[in-house]
Amino acid sequence: MKISADEVSHVAKLARLNLSAEEVDTMAGQLDKILSYVAKLDELDTQGIEPTTHALSLHNAFREDQVSESLPQETALANAPQQNGEAFIVPRVI
Amino acid sequence: MNVDALTIHELQNLLSKGEVSSVETTEAVYKRIEQCEEKVGSYITLCREQALEQAKAADKRIQDGNDGALCGVPVSIKDVMCTKGIRTTAGSRILEPFVPPYDATVVEKLKTAGAVIIGKAGMDEFAMGSSNENCAYGIPRNPWNTDHICGGSSGGSAAGVAADECIASLGSDTGGSIRQPASFCGVVGLKPTYGRVSRFGLIAYASSLDQIGPLTKDVHDCALMMNVIAGYDRKDSTSVNRETPDYLNALSKGLKGMTVGIPEEYFGEGLDPEVDKAVKNGIAALREAGALTVPVSLPHTDYGVAAYYIIAPAEASSNLARFDGVRYGLRDMDAASLVEMYSQSRSQGFGPEVKRRIIIGTYALSSGYYDAYYKKASQVRTLIVDDFKKAFEHCDILASPVTPTTAWRIGEKADDPLSMYLSDVLTIPTNLAGLPGISVPCGFSSAGLPIGLQMQAAHFNEEKLLQAAWNLEQELNIKSVKNDNLADSEWNETSKSRKRRIRLQ
Repeated sequence: MKISADEVSHVAKLARLNLSAEEVDTMAGQLDKILSYVAKLDELDTQGIEPTTHALSLHNAFREDQVSESLPQETALANAPQQNGEAFIVPRVI
Repeated sequence: MNVDALTIHELQNLLSKGEVSSVETTEAVYKRIEQCEEKVGSYITLCREQALEQAKAADKRIQDGNDGALCGVPVSIKDVMCTKGIRTTAGSRILEPFVPPYDATVVEKLKTAGAVIIGKAGMDEFAMGSSNENCAYGIPRNPWNTDHICGGSSGGSAAGVAADECIASLGSDTGGSIRQPASFCGVVGLKPTYGRVSRFGLIAYASSLDQIGPLTKDVHDCALMMNVIAGYDRKDSTSVNRETPDYLNALSKGLKGMTVGIPEEYFGEGLDPEVDKAVKNGIAALREAGALTVPVSLPHTDYGVAAYYIIAPAEASSNLARFDGVRYGLRDMDAASLVEMYSQSRSQGFGPEVKRRIIIGTYALSSGYYDAYYKKASQVRTLIVDDFKKAFEHCDILASPVTPTTAWRIGEKADDPLSMYLSDVLTIPTNLAGLPGISVPCGFSSAGLPIGLQMQAAHFNEEKLLQAAWNLEQELNIKSVKNDNLADSEWNETSKSRKRRIRLQ
C-alpha cells in the first residue's frame, strides 16, 4: 500500500482540510491507486539528470524598486468576509 | 441570417460595412443563449448590462473609424480570469462571492481591442478536470450530444463556441484544458508557448504549466485572437519579452518545405480506431497541402501523466493555500479559532477533486517524500523536454491525435479519477515542455462526435501551427463546425451540408 488512511488524515491536516472518516477512506483508496500508477516513474533511471522546474530557462526578473499604482485600501478590503475599513478581521489568535 | 453563428472575421466584415451593429450582434448572442443554455449550460455568470454598454461603445468606435482588432465582437471568458466588477468563481464554491477589483491583462487587452464580454464560461473547479463534471455551478454539456461531456477544463468555453453562445472564447490550458475540449466540441483551440501570453489575473492552478489561449470557430479567428492577447506584460514576470508577430501572416501560405513529424507513441494502445482514421486522414491532407511527413519518436510520452500528477498537484497545493477565508471568498463564520476557520472554510469551499489534488501535492512535497516524488517527476520532465528537442531536429511540427477517444458519456469516469487522468496522456507533455499546441477539427466519429487533430511546435512557433492548421482546414473544408442537436431546421441543413463537405476517407 502506497498511502494509508492515517497518512491521508495527517496530510489533510497539514493542508488545512477537514475530512470526514468516510472521505478519508474513499480518498485513501483513490490516492493509493494514483500513487501506484505514479510509481511507474521508478522504471526510469534518472540519476544525474537535472530536474526541470520551468520549461523556459527564466532568470530572476528584476525591476527598479519604485512605487507604482496599487489598489486603494477600500478596494483591496472589499472582498473580505470581515473587515473594519482598515484591516482584515480574523478570529482572535492570542 | 444568424449573426451568432458567424466567425470573428465574417462578423467584422458586416460590422465594418454597417450591415449589422454590435448591439444587434450582442442581442442575437443572448437570444441564442436563451434558446440553448438550458441544454448546454456553458456559462456560470452572464453580464448582459455591461455587455450592451460595451457593444454601444464599440458601435460608436466603428462609426468614428476608431475600431480595434475585435471591435464589437461578443466573447466569453473562462471563469478563471479576473474580470473587474464581474464575479469570478474559478468554478468553485470558495469563490462564490468574489468580485475582482481588477481585470486580468488578457481581459484588459480584449476590452481595449473593443471586444464585448458576454459572460464567464463554465469550467472544472480551479481548472482541475477533463470533463467539466467538477464544476460547482452545474455541468456544461457537449452541444453535439448533450449526454456527453464537453471536455475540460475549459469546457464551457468550447461548448459555448460550438453552440454559438459566443463568437469566440478565452480558455486556459495546464495539461490539455484548451485542446481537449476544443477537440471534443469541434472548435479550434490553441495553447500558446509558456510565457507568450500574460498570466496576470489568471487564478493559478499550476504556475509552471498554466497558459491562456483562444477557442474559436476557425483558424483565422484563432490568429486574430492571438494578435490581441500575445505579448510581454511586466505584471507577469514569467511572460517573455519578445517581439509578437502578426499571426495573420501565417495564414494563406502553403506547406511546401514544412516537415511534419508523426510521433509513433501517440498512436499506441488505447487509441480509438475512428480517431486514428480521422487523424491520419488529416495528416494526409497536410501532405496534400505540400508538407513532408516523417516518423519521429518521443519515447517518454507514456510517463507524462505520472510526472504531471505529481508536479501539478504540488504547485496547486501551494497556490491554493491562499484560499483561507481571510481576504476573499467563503468563510465559516462559526469557527472558534483561526486554524479552525481556515480548515472549515476550505473544507466547505473546495470540491472533492480539488481536495484530492491538494492532498496529493502536499504529500508529494512533505518531508521524506520530496525526492521520491517531486524531484523524480521533475527529472522525468527533463527527459520529456529532451524528447521534444530531439524530435524538432527532424521536423517543424508534430501531428497526432489530441485525445485517444471522442467525448465520453457524462458520469462514465466520474468515480475513477485515475482513468480520467489517463485520458490526458497526449496533451500533458506539451505543457511539461512549455510548447505551443493546437487542436483543429479533422472529422467525426460514426456517433457524430467531433475529432480533433493536435499539432505541437518548438517554443514560439505558433505561426507554424497556425499555418498548418489553416491549410488543414482548407483541405478538409471544415469551416466553422456546427452542431445538429440545438439549432433550428435551417441550421441543421447548414450543418449537415458542412459535415458532408468533410472529405470521405
